Amino acid sequence: MLVPRAAGTGMAMNVQQKPSKLIKGATGDWEVVIGMEVHAQVSSRSKLFSGASTEFGGAPNSHVSLVDAAMPGMLPVINEECVRQAVRTGLGLKARINRRSVFDRKNYFYPDLPQGYQISQYKQPVVGEGEVVVDLDSGEAVTVGIERLHLEQDAGKSVHDRHATSSAVDLNRSGVALMEIVSKPDLRSSEEAMAFLTKLRSILRYLGTCDGDMEKGSLRADVNVSVRRPGEAFGTRCEIKNMNSIRFIGQAIEHEARRQIEIIEDGGVIDQETRLFDPGRGETRSMRSKEEAHDYRYFPDPDLLPLELSEEMVGSLQAALPELPDEKKARFMRELGLSAYDAGHLVAERETADYFEAVANGRDAKLAANWVINELSGRLNKEGQTVASSPVSAAQLGGILDLIGDKTISGKIAKDLFEIVWTEGGDPREVVKARGMAQVTDLSAIGGIVDDLIAKNPDKVEQAKANPKAMMWFVGQVMKASGGKASPQAVNDILKTKLGL
Amino acid sequence: MTELTTLTLAEARDRLRKKDLSSAELTAAHLAAMEKARALNAFVLETPEQAAAMAKASDARIARGDAGPLEGIPLAIKDLFCTKGVRTTACSHILDNFVPTYESTVTSQLWRDGAVMLGKTNNDEFAMGSSNETSYFGPVQSPWRREGSNTPLVPGGSSGGSAAAVAAQLCLGATATDTGGSIRQPAAFTGTVGIKPTYGRCSRWGIVAFASSLDQAGPMAKTVRDAAIMLRSMAGPDAKDTTCVDLPVPDYEAAVGRSVKGLRIGIPNEYRLEGMPAEIEKIWQQGCAWLKSAGAELVDVSLPHTKYALPAYYIVAPAEASSNLARYDGVRYGLRVPGKDITDMYEQTRAEGFGGEVRRRVMIGTYVLSAGYYDAYYLRAQKVRTLIKRDFEQCFAQGVHAMLTPATPSASFGIGEKGGADPVEMYLNDVFTVTVNMAGLPGIAVPAGADAQGLPLGLQLIGRPFDEETLFALGEVIEQAAGRFVAQPWW
Repeated sequence: MLVPRAAGTGMAMNVQQKPSKLIKGATGDWEVVIGMEVHAQVSSRSKLFSGASTEFGGAPNSHVSLVDAAMPGMLPVINEECVRQAVRTGLGLKARINRRSVFDRKNYFYPDLPQGYQISQYKQPVVGEGEVVVDLDSGEAVTVGIERLHLEQDAGKSVHDRHATSSAVDLNRSGVALMEIVSKPDLRSSEEAMAFLTKLRSILRYLGTCDGDMEKGSLRADVNVSVRRPGEAFGTRCEIKNMNSIRFIGQAIEHEARRQIEIIEDGGVIDQETRLFDPGRGETRSMRSKEEAHDYRYFPDPDLLPLELSEEMVGSLQAALPELPDEKKARFMRELGLSAYDAGHLVAERETADYFEAVANGRDAKLAANWVINELSGRLNKEGQTVASSPVSAAQLGGILDLIGDKTISGKIAKDLFEIVWTEGGDPREVVKARGMAQVTDLSAIGGIVDDLIAKNPDKVEQAKANPKAMMWFVGQVMKASGGKASPQAVNDILKTKLGL
Repeated sequence: MTELTTLTLAEARDRLRKKDLSSAELTAAHLAAMEKARALNAFVLETPEQAAAMAKASDARIARGDAGPLEGIPLAIKDLFCTKGVRTTACSHILDNFVPTYESTVTSQLWRDGAVMLGKTNNDEFAMGSSNETSYFGPVQSPWRREGSNTPLVPGGSSGGSAAAVAAQLCLGATATDTGGSIRQPAAFTGTVGIKPTYGRCSRWGIVAFASSLDQAGPMAKTVRDAAIMLRSMAGPDAKDTTCVDLPVPDYEAAVGRSVKGLRIGIPNEYRLEGMPAEIEKIWQQGCAWLKSAGAELVDVSLPHTKYALPAYYIVAPAEASSNLARYDGVRYGLRVPGKDITDMYEQTRAEGFGGEVRRRVMIGTYVLSAGYYDAYYLRAQKVRTLIKRDFEQCFAQGVHAMLTPATPSASFGIGEKGGADPVEMYLNDVFTVTVNMAGLPGIAVPAGADAQGLPLGLQLIGRPFDEETLFALGEVIEQAAGRFVAQPWW
């Protein structure tokens, strides 16, 4: 097991790293250094260099053009929407947009790569350096550098389990546009790595440039992991390929860091290699060594002209960019008075933020935030639903909050009402009316109940007089007798008067 | 009716329009000539039924006054052009029985304009060669023979089948492609006219790729005028080829016969090679004299990087080819030789499917792109290419309209005579033509004379980008002065 190092025992020479992120080895502390290469499928109707559909789940080889199948004499033609999506993403990552970039060929043989080369951007990517600010649960914010973003073709899929002696190839994905987003080696823990990918996915979804669906493979990451003693130079890295789960990435990094530390502490050296994570065993294993690495023989694709972007094109994409999570969070804090935690929670998914804003519109923003974060999100998580599929719409939740606001119902009844709207639907106000859920604010009715309780429970009256906190017993009894509909404020006021508190 | 095959394309077109000739007759005459000339091995596939059907349709269009610019004209198509429903192999075993479901842009434009397809012509495998000896279907014999000799000669390459078919009057014109001289060199060897237009003038879509940054389609024809007529149909923008330019296509035929008075013609000093046959030097001087007497002004120019062009070409072209030919892997179409695993299948298929010259170039290309060698070879060759281009640009900037050079360093040679021991001996055939591909310029080869043994020799005119018209005007001057060169049938 990896044990987080206790605070205050970090090595003196390590001035930047928080001791809590160090890993304790047998011979001292270790720092893990992580960089990521994220492959994000571009949201686009057609492929990067052909008109074939990108739709997921088609019958095998049903979305394959002559270009995708690399028939003789076929030529790639750039899909401009994919370029726009890459530029949008670059702008969202606050990155430099390269007005001139070049598509190269990466040559290797594999049956799911019909051309015998992948068209990718090697030396001159469309997007240069940028950054992502990652918020950690501790409240700490870490800035992760983006090295570059480039466009490239996805490969097809080899299917090995259909025939005994041969493999089948499905080219539906062949030629689909991917953005490879490369981070700098700025991540220092599995937690940071997971938070980075989560944040990156959130930005991509806000931008609408990638759906971020890791189960469908729309977002995959290669994770580079190395370890070093704090303050020393970077160690030799291993690349863990093709991770499609944020949770597994965390596990893989933990395992890989521990593996490397053990090797070094036992006097060994780390071999630069590509590794795969086995989720069943929770460990990484070697896939190929550096010596086995391909020589991809990159060279500029002579079928394509350099990609030139006009200042106007970049400018108009910048102008049309949506509000991104960081800006939205700042606005929620500044204008709506939300806490950093609440604002951060609400902006993580664009749908949640939009939902919240619809609920908060014209209402108490903090109350709206509480309801969205606690009641709604809690319930959605429990049911495995998302905001997009929520049975309670923003208008319905807003209606519930209105009923609290005008004191028609109490906060407690509101939770029952939420439950009814969740399961049965309907206009909250109508539901309250139809079911007689409105709270009792009739002082004489409440007074009657209180009088009755005082008369029957003199001992409790004495206790309450001795210790005002014991009044809560009466509150509970009144609420119980009223079926929860008594206004808590009114009950409190009457009790205080009648008990002489 | 054999005299019908002696018509030029322009003459046949005019007679078809006047309706004193039908496309059916014209096509039948050429199909008959093809049948008689099978010894030449110019065609790898004859399509007589398709030709007859297309001719019939042309005659119907002519009858209702709906004739296109090439209506009813029987043409031969290099086997590098993908033709829908008609086997296309690039003359490689690896594309055995490959039948495209699509038509190349260039050929579809020919059919749009009414042309008739006679068949697919032989070429060097994947257009890699200068003698048509690397074809999987065997060599093409030139219709030309040395006086008093029966030695079979090469028609040049890679478009040897197209050149032989035009020279033997088996068609009124043929499509060809030129990566390093594959149109101009066979034209020079066979007494025909061939033009490689500016890179980007014709769409490459649907043409089996050899070296993408150099490949360009063009016509081979009996006369300069015929070549001009064909190019007008072949050229034009194509959204499916990013490197194809969006420029209107001029009426090239109108440039044939245009005055060349006052045009400044550059004579590049560096093309005067040591050891070049006196006959080549002689026709070059003759060409200069003809252009001068037509009113053009001759100026000596220098293209200092010329000597690096051939070595640089033999890095760039194989590099691109090694990647372009990676798709022939036995997985989806063409030849597949079973193997014990996927790598073995690749190796068996490619070893058996590719001929020796193709394998050589794939290996050269793989080598020059590999880690550690890229900068020394590929990158350096690209820099040389930039310098070659600049040489031409500087001349054109000084007011030179076109340049005149020999097309080849020699006349045709015998089958099996060259390159057996040293492939570079064969590569030297392209010494005058590769510069033009490296610079992306238009170049035309026009017959200008014959050597002592009666074999045709050609001159090359190199033009400014997209100024094919000037080449047609100048080419016509040479053709008028030199006369036409027609092979006497021995087959």
